[in-house]
Amino acid sequence: MTASTFEQVRSVASDIFGVPAEKITAESSPETIENWDSMQHLNLVLAVEEKFGVQLDPEDIEQMKNIGAVAKVVEKLQSASH
Amino acid sequence: MSDLQSNPASRDRIPANLRPEIDALIANGEFDLPSRRLAELWRHDPASGTASFVISRLDQISDKIALPKFKLAILRSFTVEPIVPLLRAEAFAYGIDLEVHVCDFNTYVQDVVDPASSLYRFAPNAAVLAVRADQAAPELWRDFADLSPEAARRATEQAIQSYEQCIGAFRKHSQAALIVHTLERPSTPGLGVLDDQSDAGQSGLIRQINRELRRMAAQFRGVYALDYDALVARHGAAHWHDERKWLTARLPIAANHLVDMAREWMRFIVPLSGRTAKVVVVDLDNTLWGGVIGEDGMTGIKIGPEYPGAAFQALQRTLLDLSRKGILLAVCSKNNLDDAMEAIEKHPGMLVRAKHFAAVRINWMDKAQNLREIAQELNVGIDALAFVDDNPFEREQVRATLPEVTVIDLPKNPLEYSGAVRNCAVFERLTLSSEDQQRTAMYAEQKQRASAEQTFQSKEDFFRYLEQEAELEAVSDLTLARVSQLTQKTNQFNLTTRRYSEAQIAEMSSRPEWQIYSIKVRDRFGDHGLVGVAITHDQGEQCEIDAFLLSCRVIGRTVETALLAHLAESAAHRGRKQLFGWFLPTKKNAPARDFYEQHGFERQESNGAGSLWTLDLVTSTLRRPEWIKLRVSERMAETTTGGKI
Repeated sequence: MTASTFEQVRSVASDIFGVPAEKITAESSPETIENWDSMQHLNLVLAVEEKFGVQLDPEDIEQMKNIGAVAKVVEKLQSASH
Repeated sequence: MSDLQSNPASRDRIPANLRPEIDALIANGEFDLPSRRLAELWRHDPASGTASFVISRLDQISDKIALPKFKLAILRSFTVEPIVPLLRAEAFAYGIDLEVHVCDFNTYVQDVVDPASSLYRFAPNAAVLAVRADQAAPELWRDFADLSPEAARRATEQAIQSYEQCIGAFRKHSQAALIVHTLERPSTPGLGVLDDQSDAGQSGLIRQINRELRRMAAQFRGVYALDYDALVARHGAAHWHDERKWLTARLPIAANHLVDMAREWMRFIVPLSGRTAKVVVVDLDNTLWGGVIGEDGMTGIKIGPEYPGAAFQALQRTLLDLSRKGILLAVCSKNNLDDAMEAIEKHPGMLVRAKHFAAVRINWMDKAQNLREIAQELNVGIDALAFVDDNPFEREQVRATLPEVTVIDLPKNPLEYSGAVRNCAVFERLTLSSEDQQRTAMYAEQKQRASAEQTFQSKEDFFRYLEQEAELEAVSDLTLARVSQLTQKTNQFNLTTRRYSEAQIAEMSSRPEWQIYSIKVRDRFGDHGLVGVAITHDQGEQCEIDAFLLSCRVIGRTVETALLAHLAESAAHRGRKQLFGWFLPTKKNAPARDFYEQHGFERQESNGAGSLWTLDLVTSTLRRPEWIKLRVSERMAETTTGGKI
């Protein structure tokens, strides 16, 4: 994954979870971020869709186990649409 | 931060930089500036992530900025939770501190019929009934092909009945406003084009339910229809829907349209909370017409039925629509007065003319100063102004100097101007009185009065010349909407600033110990219409003035004395010995501060909220001024029946 996609996902996640961006890593997950429950997961999905102009399939959402995986899913969808 | 205020161009930064700045300001104990930066961030990037950031920071400073609060309950048949942060951020941008209670999934029927439900415990100011056809009319939506015509009719009637019961129950248990989503029609009906060949198809029957919902909105007080079908159509059904989210998360709306749902709700919440604009102040060059009149001249400016002039005509049409709703138009432009007035009066393409403007400021002065003068001239608060200008520099200057003004960001493309004004919720109205429709003419009469006043030696001579007539009436079905509207929006001459919904007024007027008066005023120059409200409440030997308010247009000409004198007479007539009332100061009601004292009331006590004043009705010498003709029609025993529920 590229640094810029990761940075953008990280800033969205920082807004949604209310955690400073510098404390979020590719490995951050529901286990390490207290706020990351199922409703916030939906909010993260919606914010990512809005930000990157993509639509996530249920299978994509399933794969979003940590922030790094979210960025990978976004890149996959972006390259598929090009 | 003064460097940013003096140089708005430098404010065009990427929003990411705003976040740390806002956090630093809050950590520093500031609240005004971070609040403005949060609004700026939201304008810049109205997205889900931004909304979460905005409301989390807002929660940290909301005690200090003390915005007016509004409580909204959402009854729903689909997932609305992700819309809530967007809605709260959007409400904040309109100056409203919105608290939201989301009722459980699909429990709306139980919630409205049970007076002890969480819905009523929350005590909302308004509730949204956001139900989709798959829930409100499941047979019509899902199994239409299986239904006989008879069964389809029954299913339709059932759905209508169920709505009527829900709305009736809500009205019975709550005085809050209720916003009811109409049902969306299927974009691909099961029968294809055949469906549209009769009124009894799937689309036709859903349309019938929607017609009935509009009827209920007209019938029940404080119930409003939200045309969900039209909302979806406006954005395009194919883009609005997200089938995957519907099937996996019961969220039918695509991520990038959630904010549009929030904005649609705001079109009701803003007028319900009284945060509306009474005046729209427009710039001229490149706003009301294309080009610069001082440089391009009459033949050079673009305004007319063809492109590009048509874009500006569209904005002018929108402004005329606003004036039909009682919103006053005013001009604030940096120009030579003669050049500009010639274009306004003589250019064949102009739709808006000088007669439409209640106030005109065409000069080379600072716009903020001009806006202050316009507010003063029209007797409205600064926060009643909305400002429309194509120049970002002017907008920023007004925002920084007069944060109370609603500043509308015009898009770069003039074709989008009219939509930007039309979509601004400060111009929404939920009811329209005849006063609203005649307001522009009334302001012209007001100018004549002011110039007549100059020619008289004494005030009394002027009052006699005015030949004022006041008509006092107990509130009725005909005046209820206007009476409620006046309690909602009168800020200056208002002794208690208690806001009442139509349903609350109706409820009070049904009790014998409450008197609710409206006052109409006219004089030799014209009719002011219904401009004042007084509410009294008998308590044993005492009578409390619960509300007393008058439009600023009639203040200072002793109508207020006539009204107060009548309240005293009427209370004495009912056997009360004492009249008492609170003066509750706000930021805006200074004009009413000395009212009780000037009329012989005695101050009894003061507390943090205000001061309490009494008048002994046995010894009182309060009299109506002889130059006002007063006609009174008191409440009869059973006059307020019929019509609305």
